[in-house]
Amino acid sequence: MTRIGWLRLPLTLTYVFLYVPVVVLVIMSFNASKSPFSWGGVSTHWYAVLAGDQNVLKGLGNTLVVAAGATVLSVALGTLIAVGLQRHSNSSFLDSFALAPAIVPDIVLGIGLLVFLSLISVTLGLHSVLLAHVVFGMAFVAAVVRARLSQTDPSLEEASRDLGAGQVATFFRITVPSIMPAIIAGALLVFTLSLDEFVIAFFTDGPSTPTLPIVIYSMVRFGVTPEINALASLLMLVSFTAVLAAQRLTRLTDSV
Amino acid sequence: MRRHTHTPRRTTLVAVAAAASMFVLAACGGNGGGSGDASALPSDSLNPSVDLKTQSLVVSNWAAYMPDDLPANFQKEVGPKVTVTTHATNEEIVAKLTAGTDSGIDVAFVSGQYAQALAAQGLLEPIHADLIPNLANLYPEATKLPYDIGNKYSVPYSWGTTGLCYRSDKLSFTPDSWNDLLSPRPELVGKTTMLATERWLMLPAQKSLGFSANTTDPAQMDQVKAKLIATKPTLLAYDDTTFYDRLVSGEALMVEAWDGWCNYGIAKDKNIKFVVPKEGSDLWADTMVILKTSKNKEAAHALINYILGAKVQSWVVENILYKVPNKAAMDLVAPALEVDYPNLAFTPTDLLKQEGLVDLGDAGPMYTKIATEVTAS
Amino acid sequence: MTSADLVPGRGASRRRARVERVVFLGPGIGYLIAFMAIPVLLILSLTIFKRGRFGGVVYQPTIENFIRAFDPIYLSVLGNSLVIASITTVLALALGYPTAYGIAKLAPKWRTIALIAVVLPFWTNFLIRTYAWIVLLNSEGPINKSLVGAGLIHQPLELLYTRGAVVAGLLYAYIPLMILPLYASIERLDPQLREAAANLGASPWRTFRDVTLPLTLPGAIIGSIFVFVPSMGNFIIPELLGGGKTVMVGNLIRDQFLKARDWPFGAVLALALIMFLVALFALQSWVTRRLNGGGRT
Repeated sequence: MTRIGWLRLPLTLTYVFLYVPVVVLVIMSFNASKSPFSWGGVSTHWYAVLAGDQNVLKGLGNTLVVAAGATVLSVALGTLIAVGLQRHSNSSFLDSFALAPAIVPDIVLGIGLLVFLSLISVTLGLHSVLLAHVVFGMAFVAAVVRARLSQTDPSLEEASRDLGAGQVATFFRITVPSIMPAIIAGALLVFTLSLDEFVIAFFTDGPSTPTLPIVIYSMVRFGVTPEINALASLLMLVSFTAVLAAQRLTRLTDSV
Repeated sequence: MRRHTHTPRRTTLVAVAAAASMFVLAACGGNGGGSGDASALPSDSLNPSVDLKTQSLVVSNWAAYMPDDLPANFQKEVGPKVTVTTHATNEEIVAKLTAGTDSGIDVAFVSGQYAQALAAQGLLEPIHADLIPNLANLYPEATKLPYDIGNKYSVPYSWGTTGLCYRSDKLSFTPDSWNDLLSPRPELVGKTTMLATERWLMLPAQKSLGFSANTTDPAQMDQVKAKLIATKPTLLAYDDTTFYDRLVSGEALMVEAWDGWCNYGIAKDKNIKFVVPKEGSDLWADTMVILKTSKNKEAAHALINYILGAKVQSWVVENILYKVPNKAAMDLVAPALEVDYPNLAFTPTDLLKQEGLVDLGDAGPMYTKIATEVTAS
Repeated sequence: MTSADLVPGRGASRRRARVERVVFLGPGIGYLIAFMAIPVLLILSLTIFKRGRFGGVVYQPTIENFIRAFDPIYLSVLGNSLVIASITTVLALALGYPTAYGIAKLAPKWRTIALIAVVLPFWTNFLIRTYAWIVLLNSEGPINKSLVGAGLIHQPLELLYTRGAVVAGLLYAYIPLMILPLYASIERLDPQLREAAANLGASPWRTFRDVTLPLTLPGAIIGSIFVFVPSMGNFIIPELLGGGKTVMVGNLIRDQFLKARDWPFGAVLALALIMFLVALFALQSWVTRRLNGGGRT
């Protein structure tokens, strides 16, 4: 299975492409100058600034709450809708409708939600950002899961039901495992997109819970500093360590 | 078969939309084209003797545009708790304030022409001058800004102009005209940037042609467009955010820049200089406004009063390198700073010679379209 | 044909099918109606009204907004966006397909890590990633310096502020949106199928064309949509890496809502874009269902 042969080349190329800017970004986090563009000598100054910056750290916390919540809800709703469209519907209209959030311009969705939530007197806050992110998150999960389902043979599910397993049991024991890689891919997508989403979050957020992108974009006028590079570098370090640790653990318990 | 099952659904959606848009109509009715005159009279509901400690404020501003410790100091000295939220651009905060019924924001920082548009839509509380004694700190010229003469709805926070910011060590001449940017000498081709925000994108051509920076005449704007399209091939980029870094690195040798931002370049390289072209330029201002939906208007006035104190506004000059329309604050600024950053020494009289920007009214969409035609050409 | 036929009573089975439809489709569709369709239709219903003098909306019906949309400038921007987004999508597919394929062929324990490594750079911030590209590409940047240093070129190349920089930036921003869906559908591939094809004498190319490609097509189509659509809508990359000299459809719509404060006309442009893309997707959905021989039965 590990024979990947010539595929090594595109794999290497892709990861180099993905990580060269990351290397630059990390180097710039040790920049003594105020600018994330021009080098001014080595310093860990911005890490100290970051440690004392309540706005940025609070923004990070808010963003993680939204991204995690949006991912869970999107996976649940998106998977259901994908199975529904693939197995229980024959409508091109519904197909397009479920994909629509991915094509509605973000500004239209953002302002539309703000107008709508104001009309029904919903107070804005992290909950409304989360709610908004699930709109596009669900569409991404649904699309990825459907692409997978369209190649999965429904006969296995039918066999399971013929053998007397209930709908619920069939769904969780047969359908979900067979689409698990798609669910993981979809979840990663939603989490990643939500973490960095600005426009919709700006319009649907309340004033006391800014998400990280809102905090960062508002710095543009008077200069985004390498503090944000420092934050990004730490975030990547932490998540990479967590991933490797999780990998170790699963290998130890030998559960694959 | 399929068609039958779908028609009702679509009809339902359309019906819902129609019904909902009626709601919008009811909610926003009167906001749209209203002149805002009805709200020009200060409401008498403000109670000057209210206990400010019972009020709290939400302020929306650009990040880092006021001292970090301002909320804490204000709470200690005056009473109300202040939460600061941030926006990235005028356009975004105005859209947010326009779309929602109550944003929860009490005080917002926006540029003058945006304050004018918000006021015209009836969204702003008139300024109660009697609650802001520190208005006396402002220069008399600060009440003559054309977007809001007499500061009826807004209080200016900072002001300045736009010009050419250039590398005096790398140019063989001293630029003094917008034409040096619009029809650059060979040494500057591919080494200049212009601002991308549409009012300032138009400004050099408008002034070079002798037009107003607020012109709404389509024939004049056609000439402006032609001039800008001719300039485009000579530019390195249209750039609102990184131009002074380009200047420092030497990729650009001359850029169109706001005075304060040119100072950020000067801070890194003393060879960088700023000039207001002889054809004239604009006068911009950033302002503080109080939202009509605010439930803490007394505290909002108290905050503006606090900010207009010499201490806070001199912080703006020293840290943001912007000029402020506040005489008491400018008097506090060390003269040495004006030596390092000569444009900080521009007097109110100098600034008032430039043309104050106002909202374009019905001509707004025309500017946006021309900006698209220029940048997409 | 299916289990339904074995269950006594056709009425019961039909009822069950209806319940299943509601259980699977109900929550998602309901959510989308409430929080997408209604908000978006609220905005789109503004198309028939007028902009107020200072922004806002005056509720007097007009068709003028639709007429304005036929200005050649908007068509030319759409055309330009299509070209740039298409180039980006093709490049993303060319790079993403073999990458996803490679990841799927890794030992299972490495796959998740490899996948996470694809998205990890994006757990930072879009602005500073774009700034990193400016650092890399500018005429004084490391790429130019090392090329000049190596004597390969004499003058720095103009990398930044070009259409090439825009495409590179878009490709970078959206490549995970190509790799992840592709992985999800490639991972499924049964290696025995390919072996069978090879044993029957099919060349590697024929095996790929006749076995692998059709099975992974849905993932490729979804990935392409995911890259194509936001590429058309992105506005920061054209601004920062393209030097503001390239305008995409995304700029147009945003400018109407924010800069011009002309919501009715912004709604018209948004409606036009949505209709254009929906037509594209309807075509895609029809083709996919054709290839799969229909959904349920």
